[in-house]
Amino acid sequence: MNTLFGERKEGAVKIVLTSVDEYPEAPISLGTTLTNFTGDWRTFIPVVDDSKCVKCYICWKFCPEPAIYIREDGYVGIDYDYCKGCGICANECPTKAITMEKEEK
Amino acid sequence: MEYKPIRKVVSGNYAAAYAVKHARVEVVAAYPITPQTSIIEKIAEFLANGEVENLEYVPVESEHSAMAACIGASAAGARVFTATSAQGLALMHEMLHWASGARLPVVMVDVNRAMAPPWSVWDDQTDSLAQRDTGWMQFYAENNQEVYDGVLMAFKVAETVNLPAMVVESAFILSHTYDVVEMIPQELVDEFLPPRKPLYTLTDFDNPIAVGALGTPADYYEFRYKIQKAMEKAKEVIRDVGKEFGEKFGRDYSQMIELYRTEDADFVFMGMGSLMGTVKQAVDVLREEGYKVGAAKVRWFRPFPKEELYELAKNVEGIAVLDRNYSFGMEGILFTEAKGALYNTKAKPLMKNYIVGLGGRDFTVSDVRKIAENMKAIIEKGELDVEVDWYHLKR
Repeated sequence: MNTLFGERKEGAVKIVLTSVDEYPEAPISLGTTLTNFTGDWRTFIPVVDDSKCVKCYICWKFCPEPAIYIREDGYVGIDYDYCKGCGICANECPTKAITMEKEEK
Repeated sequence: MEYKPIRKVVSGNYAAAYAVKHARVEVVAAYPITPQTSIIEKIAEFLANGEVENLEYVPVESEHSAMAACIGASAAGARVFTATSAQGLALMHEMLHWASGARLPVVMVDVNRAMAPPWSVWDDQTDSLAQRDTGWMQFYAENNQEVYDGVLMAFKVAETVNLPAMVVESAFILSHTYDVVEMIPQELVDEFLPPRKPLYTLTDFDNPIAVGALGTPADYYEFRYKIQKAMEKAKEVIRDVGKEFGEKFGRDYSQMIELYRTEDADFVFMGMGSLMGTVKQAVDVLREEGYKVGAAKVRWFRPFPKEELYELAKNVEGIAVLDRNYSFGMEGILFTEAKGALYNTKAKPLMKNYIVGLGGRDFTVSDVRKIAENMKAIIEKGELDVEVDWYHLKR
Protein backbone atom coordinates (compact mmCIF):
# COMPACT_ATOMS: atom_id res chain seq x y z
CA MET A 1 0.00 0.00 0.00
CA ASN A 2 1.06 3.56 -0.67
CA THR A 3 2.45 5.23 2.39
CA LEU A 4 1.94 8.79 1.16
CA PHE A 5 -1.54 8.99 2.59
CA GLY A 6 -1.07 6.41 5.28
CA GLU A 7 -1.81 2.76 4.94
CA ARG A 8 -4.26 0.30 6.24
CA LYS A 9 -2.89 -1.52 9.27
CA GLU A 10 -2.36 -5.14 8.51
CA GLY A 11 -3.52 -7.69 11.01
CA ALA A 12 -6.77 -5.97 11.93
CA VAL A 13 -9.02 -8.78 13.07
CA LYS A 14 -12.65 -8.30 13.84
CA ILE A 15 -13.43 -9.47 17.36
CA VAL A 16 -16.67 -11.37 17.69
CA LEU A 17 -17.50 -12.46 21.22
CA THR A 18 -19.70 -15.52 21.27
CA SER A 19 -19.86 -16.26 25.01
CA VAL A 20 -20.53 -13.96 27.93
CA ASP A 21 -17.38 -15.27 29.59
CA GLU A 22 -15.27 -13.77 26.81
CA TYR A 23 -16.46 -10.28 27.62
CA PRO A 24 -14.30 -8.00 29.75
CA GLU A 25 -15.70 -7.24 33.19
CA ALA A 26 -16.27 -3.58 32.34
CA PRO A 27 -17.46 -2.20 29.00
CA ILE A 28 -14.19 -0.73 27.84
CA SER A 29 -12.74 -0.92 24.38
CA LEU A 30 -9.03 -1.09 23.74
CA GLY A 31 -7.63 2.23 22.62
CA THR A 32 -8.27 1.67 18.92
CA THR A 33 -11.21 1.33 16.58
CA LEU A 34 -9.18 -1.14 14.54
CA THR A 35 -11.21 -4.07 15.79
CA ASN A 36 -14.55 -2.31 15.47
CA PHE A 37 -15.48 -3.17 11.87
CA THR A 38 -17.93 -0.41 11.06
CA GLY A 39 -18.41 -1.92 7.60
CA ASP A 40 -21.13 -4.03 9.20
CA TRP A 41 -23.42 -1.02 9.20
CA ARG A 42 -23.47 -0.66 5.41
CA THR A 43 -26.51 -1.02 3.16
CA PHE A 44 -25.05 0.51 -0.02
CA ILE A 45 -21.55 -0.27 -1.16
CA PRO A 46 -19.30 2.10 -3.16
CA VAL A 47 -17.83 0.62 -6.31
CA VAL A 48 -14.93 2.37 -8.10
CA ASP A 49 -14.56 2.39 -11.86
CA ASP A 50 -10.80 2.83 -12.38
CA SER A 51 -11.33 3.85 -16.04
CA LYS A 52 -13.17 7.01 -14.94
CA CYS A 53 -10.84 7.78 -12.00
CA VAL A 54 -8.54 10.79 -12.53
CA LYS A 55 -6.61 10.29 -9.27
CA CYS A 56 -7.77 13.62 -7.81
CA TYR A 57 -8.24 11.93 -4.38
CA ILE A 58 -11.19 14.16 -3.50
CA CYS A 59 -12.97 10.99 -2.29
CA TRP A 60 -10.03 10.28 0.02
CA LYS A 61 -10.26 13.80 1.44
CA PHE A 62 -13.97 13.57 2.14
CA CYS A 63 -14.20 10.01 3.50
CA PRO A 64 -15.11 10.41 7.18
CA GLU A 65 -13.79 7.04 8.34
CA PRO A 66 -11.18 6.91 6.57
CA ALA A 67 -12.00 3.86 4.50
CA ILE A 68 -10.33 5.04 1.30
CA TYR A 69 -6.68 4.41 0.65
CA ILE A 70 -4.39 4.95 -2.33
CA ARG A 71 -3.33 1.80 -4.06
CA GLU A 72 0.22 1.30 -5.32
CA ASP A 73 -0.93 1.95 -8.88
CA GLY A 74 -2.25 5.35 -7.78
CA TYR A 75 -5.94 4.51 -8.05
CA VAL A 76 -8.16 4.51 -4.96
CA GLY A 77 -9.06 1.45 -3.00
CA ILE A 78 -11.86 1.09 -0.46
CA ASP A 79 -11.44 -0.73 2.80
CA TYR A 80 -14.80 -2.47 3.10
CA ASP A 81 -14.13 -3.48 6.73
CA TYR A 82 -14.58 0.15 7.71
CA CYS A 83 -16.71 1.71 4.92
CA LYS A 84 -20.11 2.52 6.45
CA GLY A 85 -21.63 3.13 3.01
CA CYS A 86 -22.41 6.80 3.56
CA GLY A 87 -21.97 7.64 -0.13
CA ILE A 88 -20.07 10.89 0.39
CA CYS A 89 -17.26 9.65 -1.91
CA ALA A 90 -19.71 8.94 -4.72
CA ASN A 91 -21.37 12.31 -4.22
CA GLU A 92 -18.08 14.22 -4.31
CA CYS A 93 -16.38 12.34 -7.17
CA PRO A 94 -16.17 14.87 -10.07
CA THR A 95 -16.01 12.18 -12.77
CA LYS A 96 -18.71 9.91 -11.25
CA ALA A 97 -16.16 7.11 -10.98
CA ILE A 98 -17.76 5.89 -7.77
CA THR A 99 -21.28 4.50 -7.72
CA MET A 100 -23.32 3.23 -4.78
CA GLU A 101 -24.86 -0.18 -5.27
CA LYS A 102 -27.21 -2.11 -3.00
CA GLU A 103 -25.09 -4.65 -1.20
CA GLU A 104 -26.05 -8.31 -1.23
CA LYS A 105 -25.63 -9.83 2.24
CA MET B 1 -1.51 -3.90 66.57
CA GLU B 2 -4.15 -4.30 69.26
CA TYR B 3 -7.47 -2.64 68.52
CA LYS B 4 -8.28 0.19 70.88
CA PRO B 5 -11.12 2.29 69.52
CA ILE B 6 -10.90 6.06 69.53
CA ARG B 7 -14.18 7.39 70.90
CA LYS B 8 -15.41 10.68 69.53
CA VAL B 9 -18.72 12.48 69.96
CA VAL B 10 -19.72 13.36 66.42
CA SER B 11 -22.74 13.92 64.22
CA GLY B 12 -23.62 11.36 61.56
CA ASN B 13 -22.19 13.69 58.96
CA TYR B 14 -18.90 14.08 60.82
CA ALA B 15 -18.79 10.30 61.25
CA ALA B 16 -18.99 10.05 57.45
CA ALA B 17 -16.26 12.67 57.02
CA TYR B 18 -13.95 10.84 59.45
CA ALA B 19 -14.54 7.60 57.58
CA VAL B 20 -13.59 9.34 54.33
CA LYS B 21 -10.42 10.60 55.97
CA HIS B 22 -9.54 7.19 57.38
CA ALA B 23 -10.27 5.50 54.04
CA ARG B 24 -7.57 7.73 52.51
CA VAL B 25 -9.90 8.94 49.78
CA GLU B 26 -7.99 10.59 46.94
CA VAL B 27 -10.70 12.62 45.23
CA VAL B 28 -13.77 14.29 46.71
CA ALA B 29 -16.05 16.16 44.33
CA ALA B 30 -18.91 17.82 46.10
CA TYR B 31 -21.68 20.33 45.95
CA PRO B 32 -23.32 21.40 49.21
CA ILE B 33 -26.96 20.60 49.83
CA THR B 34 -28.79 20.49 53.15
CA PRO B 35 -28.56 18.30 55.19
CA GLN B 36 -25.43 16.79 53.62
CA THR B 37 -23.35 20.00 53.68
CA SER B 38 -21.47 19.39 56.90
CA ILE B 39 -19.92 16.20 55.49
CA ILE B 40 -18.07 18.03 52.75
CA GLU B 41 -17.40 21.03 55.00
CA LYS B 42 -15.67 18.74 57.47
CA ILE B 43 -13.61 17.14 54.70
CA ALA B 44 -12.64 20.63 53.48
CA GLU B 45 -11.62 21.43 57.04
CA PHE B 46 -9.42 18.33 57.22
CA LEU B 47 -7.77 19.44 54.02
CA ALA B 48 -7.30 23.05 55.18
CA ASN B 49 -5.73 21.83 58.43
CA GLY B 50 -3.37 19.50 56.62
CA GLU B 51 -4.96 16.46 58.28
CA VAL B 52 -5.36 14.63 54.98
CA GLU B 53 -2.73 14.05 52.34
CA ASN B 54 -3.12 13.36 48.65
CA LEU B 55 -6.70 14.54 48.56
CA GLU B 56 -7.96 16.38 45.51
CA TYR B 57 -11.02 18.41 46.51
CA VAL B 58 -13.11 19.46 43.52
CA PRO B 59 -15.76 22.12 44.13
CA VAL B 60 -18.30 21.79 41.32
CA GLU B 61 -21.34 23.71 40.16
CA SER B 62 -23.97 20.99 40.56
CA GLU B 63 -24.53 17.45 41.75
CA HIS B 64 -24.57 16.24 38.16
CA SER B 65 -21.04 17.61 37.79
CA ALA B 66 -20.03 16.22 41.17
CA MET B 67 -20.84 12.70 40.03
CA ALA B 68 -19.28 13.33 36.61
CA ALA B 69 -16.03 14.39 38.29
CA CYS B 70 -16.18 11.31 40.54
CA ILE B 71 -16.63 9.07 37.51
CA GLY B 72 -13.64 10.59 35.73
CA ALA B 73 -11.43 10.34 38.80
CA SER B 74 -12.55 6.79 39.50
CA ALA B 75 -11.88 5.75 35.91
CA ALA B 76 -8.40 7.21 36.35
CA GLY B 77 -7.93 4.80 39.26
CA ALA B 78 -8.52 6.95 42.33
CA ARG B 79 -10.55 6.20 45.46
CA VAL B 80 -13.44 8.62 45.16
CA PHE B 81 -16.18 10.00 47.39
CA THR B 82 -19.08 12.41 47.23
CA ALA B 83 -22.19 13.18 49.28
CA THR B 84 -25.63 14.48 48.49
CA SER B 85 -29.32 14.59 49.48
CA ALA B 86 -32.75 14.48 47.86
CA GLN B 87 -32.97 16.86 44.88
CA GLY B 88 -29.19 16.66 44.52
CA LEU B 89 -29.36 12.89 44.22
CA ALA B 90 -32.17 13.22 41.71
CA LEU B 91 -30.02 15.57 39.64
CA MET B 92 -27.22 12.96 39.74
CA HIS B 93 -29.53 10.22 38.48
CA GLU B 94 -28.21 10.09 34.92
CA MET B 95 -24.60 10.00 36.09
CA LEU B 96 -25.33 7.19 38.57
CA HIS B 97 -25.89 4.89 35.60
CA TRP B 98 -22.55 5.93 34.12
CA ALA B 99 -20.74 4.99 37.32
CA SER B 100 -22.30 1.54 37.66
CA GLY B 101 -22.29 0.83 33.91
CA ALA B 102 -18.57 1.58 33.70
CA ARG B 103 -18.10 -0.52 36.86
CA LEU B 104 -16.51 2.26 38.91
CA PRO B 105 -16.50 1.79 42.71
CA VAL B 106 -17.46 5.34 43.66
CA VAL B 107 -18.77 5.63 47.22
CA MET B 108 -21.32 8.24 48.19
CA VAL B 109 -23.21 9.18 51.31
CA ASP B 110 -26.80 10.12 50.67
CA VAL B 111 -28.43 11.88 53.57
CA ASN B 112 -32.07 10.85 53.20
CA ARG B 113 -34.21 13.92 52.73
CA ALA B 114 -37.79 14.21 51.50
CA MET B 115 -38.35 15.17 47.89
CA ALA B 116 -40.06 18.50 47.22
CA PRO B 117 -42.64 19.94 46.92
CA PRO B 118 -43.63 20.79 49.53
CA TRP B 119 -40.07 21.87 50.20
CA SER B 120 -38.64 19.80 53.03
CA VAL B 121 -35.26 19.09 54.53
CA TRP B 122 -36.39 16.26 56.81
CA ASP B 123 -36.04 12.51 56.69
CA ASP B 124 -37.65 10.34 53.99
CA GLN B 125 -36.13 7.42 52.08
CA THR B 126 -37.83 8.00 48.74
CA ASP B 127 -34.82 9.89 47.31
CA SER B 128 -32.40 6.98 47.63
CA LEU B 129 -34.94 4.27 46.90
CA ALA B 130 -35.84 6.05 43.67
CA GLN B 131 -32.27 5.21 42.59
CA ARG B 132 -32.97 1.51 43.13
CA ASP B 133 -32.39 0.50 39.51
CA THR B 134 -29.20 2.45 38.84
CA GLY B 135 -26.87 -0.43 39.69
CA TRP B 136 -25.67 1.14 42.95
CA MET B 137 -25.41 -0.88 46.12
CA GLN B 138 -27.29 0.66 49.04
CA PHE B 139 -26.44 0.40 52.75
CA TYR B 140 -28.87 1.93 55.26
CA ALA B 141 -27.30 3.10 58.52
CA GLU B 142 -29.24 2.95 61.77
CA ASN B 143 -26.96 5.26 63.77
CA ASN B 144 -23.82 7.37 63.53
CA GLN B 145 -21.63 4.36 64.24
CA GLU B 146 -23.09 2.55 61.26
CA VAL B 147 -22.47 5.59 59.07
CA TYR B 148 -18.77 5.44 59.94
CA ASP B 149 -18.54 1.64 59.64
CA GLY B 150 -20.73 1.65 56.54
CA VAL B 151 -18.49 4.01 54.57
CA LEU B 152 -15.38 1.95 55.34
CA MET B 153 -17.11 -1.31 54.40
CA ALA B 154 -18.72 0.23 51.32
CA PHE B 155 -15.30 1.09 49.90
CA LYS B 156 -14.06 -2.44 50.48
CA VAL B 157 -17.13 -4.09 48.97
CA ALA B 158 -17.36 -1.64 46.06
CA GLU B 159 -13.71 -2.03 45.12
CA THR B 160 -13.96 -5.83 45.31
CA VAL B 161 -16.92 -6.19 42.95
CA ASN B 162 -16.36 -2.99 40.94
CA LEU B 163 -19.74 -1.44 41.54
CA PRO B 164 -20.57 1.90 43.18
CA ALA B 165 -22.16 2.01 46.62
CA MET B 166 -24.18 4.52 48.58
CA VAL B 167 -24.33 4.72 52.35
CA VAL B 168 -27.62 6.18 53.44
CA GLU B 169 -28.31 8.05 56.67
CA SER B 170 -31.32 9.98 57.99
CA ALA B 171 -31.61 13.73 57.66
CA PHE B 172 -31.05 15.43 61.04
CA ILE B 173 -31.99 12.32 63.04
CA LEU B 174 -28.46 11.14 62.28
CA SER B 175 -26.83 13.79 60.13
CA HIS B 176 -26.96 16.55 62.75
CA THR B 177 -27.36 14.60 65.99
CA TYR B 178 -24.27 13.91 68.07
CA ASP B 179 -23.48 10.50 69.42
CA VAL B 180 -20.47 8.50 70.53
CA VAL B 181 -18.74 6.83 67.61
CA GLU B 182 -15.93 4.34 68.04
CA MET B 183 -13.36 5.12 65.40
CA ILE B 184 -10.63 2.81 64.24
CA PRO B 185 -6.94 3.80 64.44
CA GLN B 186 -5.54 4.72 61.05
CA GLU B 187 -3.08 1.80 60.86
CA LEU B 188 -5.89 -0.71 61.36
CA VAL B 189 -8.09 0.98 58.78
CA ASP B 190 -5.13 0.77 56.37
CA GLU B 191 -4.90 -2.97 57.02
CA PHE B 192 -8.62 -3.43 56.54
CA LEU B 193 -8.82 -1.19 53.49
CA PRO B 194 -5.63 -1.34 51.41
CA PRO B 195 -5.17 1.02 48.44
CA ARG B 196 -7.57 0.46 45.57
CA LYS B 197 -6.55 -1.93 42.81
CA PRO B 198 -8.55 -0.71 39.83
CA LEU B 199 -9.81 -3.04 37.10
CA TYR B 200 -8.34 -0.64 34.57
CA THR B 201 -7.13 2.94 34.60
CA LEU B 202 -7.29 5.79 32.15
CA THR B 203 -3.77 6.75 33.21
CA ASP B 204 -2.14 3.50 32.09
CA PHE B 205 -0.75 5.00 28.90
CA ASP B 206 0.87 1.76 27.74
CA ASN B 207 -2.53 0.12 27.63
CA PRO B 208 -4.91 2.81 26.41
CA ILE B 209 -8.62 2.19 26.76
CA ALA B 210 -11.86 3.95 25.88
CA VAL B 211 -14.51 4.19 28.61
CA GLY B 212 -18.11 4.86 27.69
CA ALA B 213 -17.72 3.65 24.11
CA LEU B 214 -20.63 2.52 21.97
CA GLY B 215 -22.23 -0.83 22.76
CA THR B 216 -24.24 -2.11 19.84
CA PRO B 217 -27.14 -4.56 20.25
CA ALA B 218 -24.53 -7.28 19.70
CA ASP B 219 -22.78 -6.49 23.00
CA TYR B 220 -24.88 -4.30 25.36
CA TYR B 221 -26.92 -7.18 26.79
CA GLU B 222 -23.90 -9.12 28.06
CA PHE B 223 -22.62 -6.13 30.04
CA ARG B 224 -25.99 -5.81 31.82
CA TYR B 225 -25.72 -9.48 32.81
CA LYS B 226 -22.22 -8.85 34.16
CA ILE B 227 -23.59 -6.15 36.47
CA GLN B 228 -26.18 -8.58 37.84
CA LYS B 229 -23.45 -11.21 38.37
CA ALA B 230 -21.38 -8.61 40.25
CA MET B 231 -24.41 -7.82 42.43
CA GLU B 232 -24.80 -11.50 43.25
CA LYS B 233 -21.11 -11.76 44.09
CA ALA B 234 -21.51 -8.63 46.23
CA LYS B 235 -23.78 -10.57 48.59
CA GLU B 236 -20.94 -12.96 49.43
CA VAL B 237 -18.44 -10.13 49.64
CA ILE B 238 -20.73 -8.13 51.93
CA ARG B 239 -21.09 -11.07 54.32
CA ASP B 240 -17.34 -11.74 54.30
CA VAL B 241 -16.41 -8.09 54.77
CA GLY B 242 -19.05 -7.73 57.50
CA LYS B 243 -17.68 -10.77 59.28
CA GLU B 244 -14.10 -9.54 58.99
CA PHE B 245 -15.21 -6.18 60.37
CA GLY B 246 -16.80 -7.95 63.33
CA GLU B 247 -13.72 -10.03 64.05
CA LYS B 248 -11.39 -7.06 63.85
CA PHE B 249 -13.45 -4.28 65.38
CA GLY B 250 -16.20 -6.00 67.37
CA ARG B 251 -19.21 -4.96 65.35
CA ASP B 252 -20.49 -7.76 63.18
CA TYR B 253 -22.14 -6.89 59.88
CA SER B 254 -22.22 -10.36 58.36
CA GLN B 255 -26.04 -10.35 58.24
CA MET B 256 -27.51 -8.31 55.44
CA ILE B 257 -30.71 -8.28 57.49
CA GLU B 258 -29.92 -7.69 61.15
CA LEU B 259 -32.25 -9.82 63.25
CA TYR B 260 -33.14 -8.59 66.73
CA ARG B 261 -34.96 -10.96 69.12
CA THR B 262 -36.63 -12.79 66.24
CA GLU B 263 -35.84 -16.38 67.34
CA ASP B 264 -39.26 -17.10 68.88
CA ALA B 265 -41.14 -14.08 67.55
CA ASP B 266 -44.74 -14.39 66.34
CA PHE B 267 -44.29 -11.36 64.15
CA VAL B 268 -41.53 -8.92 63.31
CA PHE B 269 -41.15 -5.29 62.33
CA MET B 270 -39.09 -4.83 59.21
CA GLY B 271 -37.61 -1.57 58.05
CA MET B 272 -34.45 0.36 57.23
CA GLY B 273 -32.31 3.10 58.69
CA SER B 274 -32.67 5.14 61.87
CA LEU B 275 -36.29 4.05 62.23
CA MET B 276 -35.05 0.68 63.39
CA GLY B 277 -33.30 2.08 66.48
CA THR B 278 -36.71 3.09 67.77
CA VAL B 279 -38.16 -0.24 66.76
CA LYS B 280 -35.48 -2.23 68.62
CA GLN B 281 -36.12 -0.21 71.75
CA ALA B 282 -39.85 -0.80 71.30
CA VAL B 283 -39.26 -4.54 70.91
CA ASP B 284 -37.61 -4.60 74.35
CA VAL B 285 -40.56 -2.74 75.85
CA LEU B 286 -43.15 -4.88 74.07
CA ARG B 287 -41.42 -8.11 75.09
CA GLU B 288 -41.82 -7.06 78.72
CA GLU B 289 -45.48 -6.41 78.01
CA GLY B 290 -45.91 -9.94 76.69
CA TYR B 291 -45.71 -9.41 72.94
CA LYS B 292 -43.54 -11.97 71.17
CA VAL B 293 -42.04 -9.59 68.64
CA GLY B 294 -38.71 -8.97 66.97
CA ALA B 295 -37.07 -6.54 64.59
CA ALA B 296 -35.53 -7.18 61.18
CA LYS B 297 -33.39 -4.33 59.97
CA VAL B 298 -32.61 -4.45 56.28
CA ARG B 299 -29.04 -3.17 56.10
CA TRP B 300 -28.41 -3.71 52.41
CA PHE B 301 -31.31 -2.92 50.10
CA ARG B 302 -29.21 -3.53 46.98
CA PRO B 303 -28.20 -6.23 46.48
CA PHE B 304 -31.46 -7.36 48.08
CA PRO B 305 -31.03 -10.16 50.67
CA LYS B 306 -33.77 -12.46 49.36
CA GLU B 307 -32.35 -15.60 50.99
CA GLU B 308 -32.11 -14.05 54.45
CA LEU B 309 -35.64 -12.70 54.15
CA TYR B 310 -36.89 -16.18 53.26
CA GLU B 311 -35.19 -17.70 56.32
CA LEU B 312 -36.88 -15.07 58.49
CA ALA B 313 -40.29 -15.36 56.84
CA LYS B 314 -40.41 -19.15 57.28
CA ASN B 315 -40.49 -18.77 61.03
CA VAL B 316 -42.91 -15.91 61.64
CA GLU B 317 -46.65 -15.47 61.26
CA GLY B 318 -46.54 -11.84 60.29
CA ILE B 319 -44.26 -9.11 59.05
CA ALA B 320 -45.06 -5.45 59.60
CA VAL B 321 -43.10 -3.62 56.91
CA LEU B 322 -42.36 -0.05 57.97
CA ASP B 323 -41.73 2.19 55.00
CA ARG B 324 -40.43 5.71 55.35
CA ASN B 325 -40.96 6.12 51.61
CA TYR B 326 -43.68 5.65 49.04
CA SER B 327 -44.02 4.58 45.44
CA PHE B 328 -47.10 6.46 44.24
CA GLY B 329 -49.67 4.29 42.56
CA MET B 330 -48.42 1.24 44.45
CA GLU B 331 -47.21 1.02 48.05
CA GLY B 332 -44.12 1.35 50.23
CA ILE B 333 -41.02 0.34 48.30
CA LEU B 334 -39.54 -2.11 50.82
CA PHE B 335 -42.99 -3.74 51.08
CA THR B 336 -43.10 -4.35 47.32
CA GLU B 337 -39.61 -5.80 47.37
CA ALA B 338 -40.22 -8.04 50.37
CA LYS B 339 -43.52 -9.43 49.09
CA GLY B 340 -42.03 -9.96 45.64
CA ALA B 341 -39.02 -11.79 47.04
CA LEU B 342 -41.27 -14.22 48.93
CA TYR B 343 -43.86 -14.84 46.23
CA ASN B 344 -42.28 -17.98 44.80
CA THR B 345 -41.31 -19.41 48.18
CA LYS B 346 -43.25 -21.51 50.66
CA ALA B 347 -43.08 -18.79 53.31
CA LYS B 348 -46.40 -16.99 53.45
CA PRO B 349 -46.53 -14.78 56.52
CA LEU B 350 -49.20 -12.09 56.68
CA MET B 351 -47.54 -8.91 55.50
CA LYS B 352 -48.84 -5.45 56.14
CA ASN B 353 -47.36 -2.14 55.06
CA TYR B 354 -47.22 0.78 57.48
CA ILE B 355 -46.25 4.10 55.93
CA VAL B 356 -44.50 6.02 58.68
CA GLY B 357 -42.31 9.05 59.27
CA LEU B 358 -42.57 10.63 55.82
CA GLY B 359 -40.90 14.03 55.65
CA GLY B 360 -39.51 13.70 59.17
CA ARG B 361 -42.79 12.91 60.97
CA ASP B 362 -41.91 11.57 64.45
CA PHE B 363 -42.03 7.82 64.90
CA THR B 364 -41.94 6.70 68.52
CA VAL B 365 -42.06 3.61 70.72
CA SER B 366 -45.78 4.16 71.34
CA ASP B 367 -46.32 4.14 67.56
CA VAL B 368 -44.64 0.74 67.41
CA ARG B 369 -46.93 -0.45 70.23
CA LYS B 370 -50.03 0.60 68.28
CA ILE B 371 -48.72 -1.21 65.22
CA ALA B 372 -48.04 -4.28 67.38
CA GLU B 373 -51.63 -4.25 68.67
CA ASN B 374 -52.91 -4.00 65.13
CA MET B 375 -50.64 -6.80 63.87
CA LYS B 376 -51.65 -9.03 66.75
CA ALA B 377 -55.34 -8.58 65.90
CA ILE B 378 -54.68 -9.26 62.22
CA ILE B 379 -52.79 -12.46 62.94
CA GLU B 380 -55.51 -13.69 65.32
CA LYS B 381 -58.13 -13.04 62.65
CA GLY B 382 -55.92 -14.49 59.93
CA GLU B 383 -56.54 -11.73 57.39
CA LEU B 384 -55.47 -8.15 56.70
CA ASP B 385 -57.72 -5.16 57.42
CA VAL B 386 -55.95 -2.99 54.85
CA GLU B 387 -52.75 -3.82 53.01
CA VAL B 388 -51.24 -0.34 53.09
CA ASP B 389 -51.79 1.74 56.21
CA TRP B 390 -51.03 5.48 56.12
CA TYR B 391 -50.35 5.23 59.80
CA HIS B 392 -49.96 8.91 60.80
CA LEU B 393 -52.78 10.29 58.68
CA LYS B 394 -54.94 12.91 60.44
CA ARG B 395 -58.34 11.34 60.04
